[in-house]
Amino acid sequence: MTFNGWVQIALFVAVLLVLTRPLGGYLSRVLGGERTLLSPVLVPVERGFYRLAGVDPNEDQSWWVYCRAMLVFHVVAYVFLYLLLRLQNILPFNPQDMAAVSPDLSFNTAISFLTNTNWQSYGGESTMSYLSQMTGLAVQNFLSAATGIALAMALIRGFARANAKGIGNFWADLVRITLYVLLPFCIVLTLFYVWQGVPQNLGAYVEATTLEGAKQTIAQGPVASQLSIKMLGTNGGGFFNANSAHPYENPTALSNLVQMLSIFVIGAAMTNVFGRAIGAERQGWAILAAMSVLFMAGVVVAYWAEAGGNPALAAVGMDNALGNMEGKEVRFGVSLSALFAVITTAASCGAVNAMLDSFMPLGGMVPLVNMLLGEIIIGGVGAGFYGILLFAILAIFLAGLMVGRTPEYVGKKIEARDVKFTMLAILCLPLAILGFTALAVVLPAGLAGPANAGPHGFSEIFYAFTSAAANNGSAFGGLTANTIFYNTTLGVTMIVGRVAIIVPMLAVAGSLAAKRKSAVSLGTFPTDGPLFVGLLVGAILIVGGLTFLPALALGPIAEHFAMLAGTLF
Amino acid sequence: MLRHFRASFVILLLMTVLLGLAYPLAMTGAARALFPAQAAGSLIERDGKVVGSALIGQNFADDRYFQGRPSATTDTDPKDPTKTVPAPYNAANSAGSNLGPTSKALVDRVKEDVERLGGAANKPVPGDLVTTSGSGLDPHISPAAAAWQVARVAKARNLPEAEVQKLVAQHTMGRELGVLGESRVNVLKLNLALDALPKR
Repeated sequence: MTFNGWVQIALFVAVLLVLTRPLGGYLSRVLGGERTLLSPVLVPVERGFYRLAGVDPNEDQSWWVYCRAMLVFHVVAYVFLYLLLRLQNILPFNPQDMAAVSPDLSFNTAISFLTNTNWQSYGGESTMSYLSQMTGLAVQNFLSAATGIALAMALIRGFARANAKGIGNFWADLVRITLYVLLPFCIVLTLFYVWQGVPQNLGAYVEATTLEGAKQTIAQGPVASQLSIKMLGTNGGGFFNANSAHPYENPTALSNLVQMLSIFVIGAAMTNVFGRAIGAERQGWAILAAMSVLFMAGVVVAYWAEAGGNPALAAVGMDNALGNMEGKEVRFGVSLSALFAVITTAASCGAVNAMLDSFMPLGGMVPLVNMLLGEIIIGGVGAGFYGILLFAILAIFLAGLMVGRTPEYVGKKIEARDVKFTMLAILCLPLAILGFTALAVVLPAGLAGPANAGPHGFSEIFYAFTSAAANNGSAFGGLTANTIFYNTTLGVTMIVGRVAIIVPMLAVAGSLAAKRKSAVSLGTFPTDGPLFVGLLVGAILIVGGLTFLPALALGPIAEHFAMLAGTLF
Repeated sequence: MLRHFRASFVILLLMTVLLGLAYPLAMTGAARALFPAQAAGSLIERDGKVVGSALIGQNFADDRYFQGRPSATTDTDPKDPTKTVPAPYNAANSAGSNLGPTSKALVDRVKEDVERLGGAANKPVPGDLVTTSGSGLDPHISPAAAAWQVARVAKARNLPEAEVQKLVAQHTMGRELGVLGESRVNVLKLNLALDALPKR
């Protein structure tokens, strides 16, 4: 570990904290339907959307109506995306003559982009036409992100409102977030990325003649416009197979910094939106503090593991001074690679700037643990925030049990129904992950997947289902996932990971909105101080630890000790 | 329920036109106007022919050139389309090795490369020179990896080592803004500069 490495990590955290409050203010205004700087241009566009769609943006929807609107939208978008991929061979913007995508891969990919997962069983530059990338995948990058933020806002309204029937309007939330937040930010980011060297063209792949006289085909495409929403929307699906490790998709350390900030910035700002909505910004900062504790712990472990390098390679005459460079790019080095890996899995992004499969055992365990905890460290845009609020409900419930009093969080009584729905959401995740992992390690079709032998092979399978259930999309890439078995099981896992959390969460939102707000009294447990932060972190670690420690022991932990003993597989 | 379907269809359609066509096409136009070289892929031409991209590494095997990092990219086997064959620096199919840290295949490969480059336990080779990059297209090597090759290149080109060393120093880029990323050398640009040296 180097001093400069830590300076870069500190710089990232500092810029993020500076951005959190102003962006929180802007998001609050947009989601509250107030006027913003962009209103003169966008209000007519917005009205046009509503008129053509036949919706009344001021209709206050109950949680069940909100939920139905969201689910119907997903079904329609799924059918559209599936057909687009199946038919890409006869549609325009296909200069490389890409073939139609197979049925199982289309199923998997459509689910993947709809659920904000962006798991990719394929390599972008060798599979997708420009039309599929632009009108299929990139559009879902916008809409799945906007959906996540909308859902988080619905839950926030549940806490903020009292004796209310509704939790907002899904269509208005979806359209406003897209028009006022995602699109304008992406326009600026796209131009920045092009300036840094990311291509943006519709030309055929370039044929170059190398200095040694060989032919090199260099993939091109509208990369920058897709990259900007891929990061800002915490989608993570790469234009190219190597994702943000590809020098075209992440050419410089500066573009890398902006990409890392893009992943976290909306998620961090959501904590401030929450604080503003309930009239106590300190409550938002307390949530962010709990997230930061878990985040920094991950950064320290991952950076330490990667900077130490691989002893097995030092033994055969490699200098370990640069750390573990297998699967990493020289321009980023181990510090930025480790930091990026922690960020991308703390949020539900899943973009990578280094290959996680080649991380050290404990370095690769950090991304895995981040996802297993439910991606509540900043989390995906929106998704992370409603995830951590569910844990906050659980933590406050545990505290209530300990002192024997009805638990209350930010003025709302947490009752049996709320806790039941919360537990339902929290338990679905391990069920899908552990169930499917167990299935994959006993079936021949599952065992055919891993590229590495020994405990690392198990980690590859375990990682895949974790990534799918957490809607992350990063991978231990050695796993051959483009098979009917993995495309199908991972597709189902992604649906469970999204819907099985969203529906109970919206039910909680509806139930909270209907409750009255109780006044703060001497007996109220303060949820904006270090005691609550500790309790929240504790609840997250206990739930995650109890559920997943055995599986982690079989994978990365076993591999770590095998490595120390000098065992190779 | 039906009204939800109508709203879904219409909003998806409008969003697809706005975000899937208008946005990327407008960005393509703006990028070409503002940053034409980058938008087209930062291509490098020599004598009117494209020899590569400043951002994409390419394969060098000749002793007269500095070599980049090993690359794990592959291509479809021309004899059997269901299989792949190694094709280093295939810029139409980026990929890492995805070998885990306790992989025997990884250790064997590194051992072989260390021996090929003349390293040994008491004379270890810089790490980036024997490990594959995440993309398989890394255009850079570390300054240490460049220094390791100076003597070989100078000998093959019949140049004084000091001259090659000077060229490497000129092509060594420090951290961006003094703090971001790592120091590095762009292999293709360095090799182009070597080729451009006056013949003697």
